[in-house]
Amino acid sequence: MKAPRFGRRERPVVDPIGRPLNDPARELRDAEARGDASAVDVIADPEPTELERITGWLDERTGLAGLVRTTLRKVFPDHWSFLLGEIALFCFIILVATGTFLTFFFVPSASQTTYAGPYPPLQGATVSEAYNSVLRLSFDVKAGLLMRQVHHWTAVVFVAVIVAHLSRVFFTGAFRRPREINWLIGFGLLTFALAEGFTGYSLPDDLLSGTGARIAYSAAISIPLIGPYVASLLFGGEFPTAAFLPRFFVLHVMLLPALFAGAIVAHVGLVFLQKHTQFRVGRAREDNVVGRHFWPGQAFVSGGLFFLTAAVVALLGGLVQINPIWAYGPFDAPIVSSPAQPDWYVGWLDGSLRIFPPFEPVILGITIPSAFVPGVVIPGILFTIVGIWPFIERRVTGDRAPHNLLDWPWESPFRAATGAAILGLFAILTLAGGNDVLSAFLDLPIESLTWLFRFLVLAFPIAVWLVVYALCRSRQRYPAPDERPKGGIRLVRNATGGWEEAE
Amino acid sequence: MAGLAALGAALLATGVAWAVSPAAPDPQAATNAAAADQTVVDAGRGLFTANCAACHGPAGQGGSGGPSLVGAGAASADFYLRTGRMPLSAPGQRVVRQPAHFDDAEIQALVAYVASLGSGPAIPQVSSGGELHQGWQLFQANCAACHNATGAGNAIGGGYVAVGLGNADPTTIGEATIIGPGAMPAFAFDDQSLADIAAYIRFLQDAPTPGGAPIGQVGPVAEGFIGVAIGLPLLILVSLLAARRGKPEEQNP
Ligand code: HEC
Ligand code: HEC
Repeated sequence: MKAPRFGRRERPVVDPIGRPLNDPARELRDAEARGDASAVDVIADPEPTELERITGWLDERTGLAGLVRTTLRKVFPDHWSFLLGEIALFCFIILVATGTFLTFFFVPSASQTTYAGPYPPLQGATVSEAYNSVLRLSFDVKAGLLMRQVHHWTAVVFVAVIVAHLSRVFFTGAFRRPREINWLIGFGLLTFALAEGFTGYSLPDDLLSGTGARIAYSAAISIPLIGPYVASLLFGGEFPTAAFLPRFFVLHVMLLPALFAGAIVAHVGLVFLQKHTQFRVGRAREDNVVGRHFWPGQAFVSGGLFFLTAAVVALLGGLVQINPIWAYGPFDAPIVSSPAQPDWYVGWLDGSLRIFPPFEPVILGITIPSAFVPGVVIPGILFTIVGIWPFIERRVTGDRAPHNLLDWPWESPFRAATGAAILGLFAILTLAGGNDVLSAFLDLPIESLTWLFRFLVLAFPIAVWLVVYALCRSRQRYPAPDERPKGGIRLVRNATGGWEEAE
Repeated sequence: MAGLAALGAALLATGVAWAVSPAAPDPQAATNAAAADQTVVDAGRGLFTANCAACHGPAGQGGSGGPSLVGAGAASADFYLRTGRMPLSAPGQRVVRQPAHFDDAEIQALVAYVASLGSGPAIPQVSSGGELHQGWQLFQANCAACHNATGAGNAIGGGYVAVGLGNADPTTIGEATIIGPGAMPAFAFDDQSLADIAAYIRFLQDAPTPGGAPIGQVGPVAEGFIGVAIGLPLLILVSLLAARRGKPEEQNP
């Protein structure tokens, strides 16, 4: 009476001590051995309950029971840092939910209209349909401003959480064989998230987003030879254009989310197939996973985590104003406002453009525009290093063995130092992107700050590298948490009245 | 002290002159007013010698520590004094906005003195009948590049900061646009435009922030800071709470 299996390989599903779960033959044997006649009856010819009939019907037609059982019995290692990835996933879900609401009201069009809403200074202004619709969302649509703000704040913390998750994976060496492909997928997710953020930031068509789009345009067009084609594909002509809004909209609500969702499925699916990595604590070994079953343990942790994540972004969206586009005004090419920054997660790109000295070399008769090196080459190099890191590390260390147990960050000083230096470099570039705001805040001239950042961009990562490397080396002299003696050290008084360690 | 006494007398005289002066032209009143003005100017000269001459020269003709004030006009003196930018505490010091150093009567006297040094722009009368939409357009086109579209201000290079406009009253706004203090250019707006700009800046000063805490109105830098320094730690805290250790299960692959 077994459901057809569609040729799937049967996987053994085992309980904590390795016995197959839900094995009626074994249960029957056990019951017979106990001489428990009624149990023998029930097990040998069980009367299916209503629920079992329904699930049985489903299973017969889909063959999903095995998969569901494996899923429910999947074991999740119990460490807070493993939840960062889940939080990122929850942020994505919240972004899709709030974003869907926003699309109900947003008009992705640059055609002009006259503002007639409740914000007094703009009454009578000529604005784009896009800007007008976001103002309507903010002032007229019920809960529209809240949705906008939750959407934007979620985007802001989303990237931060992704970076935190990526750092955890990086510093513990979770990307090592056999998980290099999943590192690449995760890296893809980061780039999609950045692209999502940037295109989303451009949609309201306000003064700041227009300034950001202008910078992106100048970076795209700076690529030698193909630049003008890339720029015209994205923007539909010389900036400012009417075409870029609908194009960015399609990227933002269709192509990128689809890519993102697909990559998430691959990412989580691979974690599922390859099983989690885990820290070297307790009973954890290379060939097992120690933690909580998905059902009934982890499911509740994750469920709770989802609501807590939603609570944090709702708190931010409800209490802290973000991107008040009515105050910035509609985009208008000749008008600038300062400070004008992109959202923080592309700030490093802006910073790179801001502090890079103007430099337009002519190579083979082609003038390289000054935005090319800081806007395309430097990001390209940095992201390539991060993206192919598993392969770089393999080259450097020669470690080709598979790893399911994680390193403690200090156990690989080279990796820890390099990772920290890259983060440090991004931090400096991000700060440089806010140089004017920092200048007003710190009361230092922008020019001095620019020179300071030019110096720091080179010196800080090197300093971080050396310090982290030294710290890791000194940390290595202490035993790892699992090897540390329990109960501390015993001191005894010696003959001279001093203290010494007892064996 | 003597300066103050003189000033008191001068102000009393002015007050009396104003109180008794009927509709002009009345030669008697005009003479009174002129005499009163003269006393105010004298009081101003006293204050000037004590507080300003070290930098601007004994007769305001300029010195090593400060520029000539001949032709600076009442608008400039009133702006610099009411916004506390003058007197500078030491030569070479940065000019910053701070609480006014003198009281209204003293400022009036100093302004009268500086104005008497040579003809310069008078204190503008900014009418309150400004039109918001016009003001918004003029502000976006002329002021937002330095003062931020939200009026929150920003650093503009060379160590200059285009201050936030949160404290500027209409007269200060009018004076600033006429004289162009520090790194700010001078503008020649007609009365109506000036009133429009002033109306818009006043609107910004107590514009509602429907989205919640305005976090400085400086845009993504502050937002990113909140996101990374508050949002992310909150979420890490949340995951620390969620990941409480239970009895671990074990799975053999
Ligand atoms: C420590 C030196 C110093 C003292 C004292 C000082 N000033 Fe100044 N003053 C300056 C400098 C320097 C400038 C130029 C500031 C600038 O570029 O914004 C200036 C500018 C001014 C201006 C603007 C000039 C223009 O061209 O519009 C006025 C008006 C003025 N001061 C009035 C005064 C008065 C009135 C006092 C006394 C209460 C005073 N200052 C005291 C140094 C001084
Ligand atoms: C080139 C940049 C620049 C532009 C454009 C500019 N300002 Fe300014 N503004 C400044 C700077 C710098 C200061 C501070 C001057 C100082 O402290 O010496 C300032 C000061 C002011 C102040 C004094 C504020 C106070 O409370 O002390 C007002 C008012 C003002 N500006 C209004 C305007 C208006 C209105 C416009 C547009 C018509 C405008 N500004 C355009 C740079 C600029």
